[in-house]
Amino acid sequence: MRFRAKIVDLACLNHFSRVINTIAKLAKTCTLRLTVCKLYFILSDKVANGGVSMWCELCQGNFFDEFHMEGVAAEHNEIYLELVPENLSRALKTAQSAKAVKIKLTNKHCPCLRVAVELPSLSSSSRIVTHDIPVGVIPRRLWNDFREPSVPDFDVSIYLPVLKTMKSVVERMKNLSNSIVIEANLRGEMNLKIETDLVSVTTHFKDLGNPPWASEDGCQSSAQGRDLERVAEARIDIKKLQQLLAGQQVNPTKALCNIVSKRIVHFILLHEDVSLQYFIPALA
Amino acid sequence: MKCIITGGNVKVLGRAVHSLSRIGDELYLEPTESGLSLRAVNSSRSAFASFLFAPLFFQLYETGGAQPDRELLRCKVLMKSFLGVFRSLPSLEKTVGRCLILLKPRASRLVVQLHCKYGVTKTHNLTFQECERLQAIFDTQCCASSLCAPARVLAEAVVHFPQTLAEVTLEAGPGGKISLRNYVEDEAEPSKTMVTELWLAEDEFQAVAVVPGSRITFCLKEFRGLLTFAEASNLPLTIHYDTPGRPVIFTLDDAVLEVHLVLATLSDPESDLQPPAANGVSHLPGPSDDFGDDLESYMIAMETSAYEGGSGVPPSPTFPLRTPGPAKSDPEEEEEEEEGAVPGTPPHKKFRSLFFGSVLTPGGPSLAPTQEVLAEDSDGEY
Repeated sequence: MRFRAKIVDLACLNHFSRVINTIAKLAKTCTLRLTVCKLYFILSDKVANGGVSMWCELCQGNFFDEFHMEGVAAEHNEIYLELVPENLSRALKTAQSAKAVKIKLTNKHCPCLRVAVELPSLSSSSRIVTHDIPVGVIPRRLWNDFREPSVPDFDVSIYLPVLKTMKSVVERMKNLSNSIVIEANLRGEMNLKIETDLVSVTTHFKDLGNPPWASEDGCQSSAQGRDLERVAEARIDIKKLQQLLAGQQVNPTKALCNIVSKRIVHFILLHEDVSLQYFIPALA
Repeated sequence: MKCIITGGNVKVLGRAVHSLSRIGDELYLEPTESGLSLRAVNSSRSAFASFLFAPLFFQLYETGGAQPDRELLRCKVLMKSFLGVFRSLPSLEKTVGRCLILLKPRASRLVVQLHCKYGVTKTHNLTFQECERLQAIFDTQCCASSLCAPARVLAEAVVHFPQTLAEVTLEAGPGGKISLRNYVEDEAEPSKTMVTELWLAEDEFQAVAVVPGSRITFCLKEFRGLLTFAEASNLPLTIHYDTPGRPVIFTLDDAVLEVHLVLATLSDPESDLQPPAANGVSHLPGPSDDFGDDLESYMIAMETSAYEGGSGVPPSPTFPLRTPGPAKSDPEEEEEEEEGAVPGTPPHKKFRSLFFGSVLTPGGPSLAPTQEVLAEDSDGEY
């Protein structure tokens, strides 16, 4: 098993560390899956986490100048690692002016992802900082736990309003309630609602638009046939939603959510070469 | 004592207070002929800092020692209240033109007056306590290794470590490179902790005279405080150190300012692992054998009475008395044995130089063993 990668371009480096920062805000530990052309950060559905799961996918070619990996076997050319994304985020934080960042899988005392940062210095030779991030290598028999979640058979799919706006609304609501109801219909209307003994607050968004999922697999093709006014709703943990919104460092080019009534809310954030999916289950 | 500070020097003083506030809860002020000394020590006595401002630093400097034979008044104030005066450094720079510090022994007040823009005068009347002299004894000349670098280089080096990190290990590696690494306790699981290491090339330093392979571990918090001061003042910082367990001394030197920060270092685990018995029968008078002696000659709180001639009252009478010289029993080991006897005590890091506590008077070792306790030492460490 081998892995070695290098980033030289500053813009790529900053972009990469923004992605990592976002992941670090969403998950305490996560799984890093490496394949020849892609990196995945996966948080799998665990009851301890409140059933939240995450799937983040990036193309290595858009970030790395060098990228070599060798999996356990030729026919399973992948690597699955468990790590604390906060460590990776911290290592990259002080690398903002780096000449180069190398990431390498090593096994000295324990399996580590070694991030070596080459920094400019006042002297002739550059300054080298290395961060050894402990990782756990996930054996192949467990790989099946980290399959890409399928898009649920949703009742309503809708584009999200500007995330900053949504964030400030949710942050205020968070002070009043522990859970939030997201409801939407196929006319591009979405409501964020909290209800307590003392107060009910609803924020209405309209003209958001509904993404055309139609012809994908026939499953959702009946959208036209459905009642456009019918509202799908799910009550979710407001903290999880707030976490997702607060973690976004750049406004994604596309943000949408799929609601399965009373079951789950599936968020998809697309940002050029990065896609982030986040699943928040509905509260009982 | 009366002194007046003007212009940019007010901010320098303010920064010094900020740096000292990282060390202890009390600020010791000592006016001397060579300048005003501000000092602090932490509660476990593993860190000591002193800032000596030369008379030239001030527009006016009077020690107030009218009678030449009488000792000058020393005092300590609560760090919190003194820091409060200099809390906001930007506003200090913007608004304060002149600062007056006045020690009024009769009124038992330390007056700090800030003369600001638009004729505003802020007067802070602080209570103080007369106190003993706070002095750590150390000698940079005895240190086997020393390093000197612009503060900026070191400040840029420590940013790579998390704010919560307690200790850092400095090592003179091969090829003249100096490395800094976060210290990981033995108990910590290696699979849980991220290890950050940084190498600085020899030519980033202004001077390097280190024993190859030498390595020390010290607290980062106090060092960061000093670095902030040094970086703002644009002064090079010199690090003097010796073997693990002996204090590391950080110094800044300027025409009108002399700064020392003395920090305990973590003793080498290898030498700690030696069974105490083996140490006891060892007859080698090697330098590493008698820690007690080294300690006393290195780092002693000479808390001499503020009043001279007080019939030879020992400085801190509550301490068990030890005569300096070839001590039979190693104080270090006693301490460890005692700790070992307490079941359930969590294993802790052994800062060898925690024990400032051995007593020596500057005059000589002729002390009566039984003395009335005048004031309980505030420190329960001993």
